Amino acid sequence: MIRSQLLQAIGEENPGLRADEVEKVVDIFFDEITQRLAEGGRVELRGFGAFSTRHREAREGRNPRTGGKVHVPAKRVPYFKPGKEMRKRLNTDPE
Amino acid sequence: MRMLGTLTRADLAETINRKMGLSRAESLQLVEAILRHMCQAMSNGENVKISGFGSFILRDKNERIGRNPKTGVEVPITPRRVLTFRASQLMKDRIQQADM
Repeated sequence: MIRSQLLQAIGEENPGLRADEVEKVVDIFFDEITQRLAEGGRVELRGFGAFSTRHREAREGRNPRTGGKVHVPAKRVPYFKPGKEMRKRLNTDPE
Repeated sequence: MRMLGTLTRADLAETINRKMGLSRAESLQLVEAILRHMCQAMSNGENVKISGFGSFILRDKNERIGRNPKTGVEVPITPRRVLTFRASQLMKDRIQQADM
């Protein structure tokens, strides 16, 4: 499934909404999640999973092309942990 | 950095309600619908790719032998399907920029 298919599915279920409104709803949804992670917070969607960020220490890396050393600064990276219900559903055959 | 609570379905619905003027009930129903459709696709074995956000990728793992860390007893870990999230470059950049 890609973004446009998600928009279509939501649009079909909500005939009262215009296509641009559906798009805005979906944009707000994903934007708010990213925004909260950027601000250092976490996002918990019960049954689906939780988004958070993890700290990565600075390290000395290598440029794979030239072999030269490069400094990789410390940073935060996004992390997702699937919820219990989601993990269960992935391992049950759809009826 | 500001200390923030955890963002939930209710917060997402609230923002949709505030920014779009849809009712609270409708906003919450839309949040649920987005999650339900993504969950359904993944239950059917489909990866979900949201451009600008990231990809939810399914991986099938074979059976392997694990060990109960407490007792040291070997136990088979059954084959299973697991879900990983790969954030888009845009999301990674937004998080890194926020810290600078």
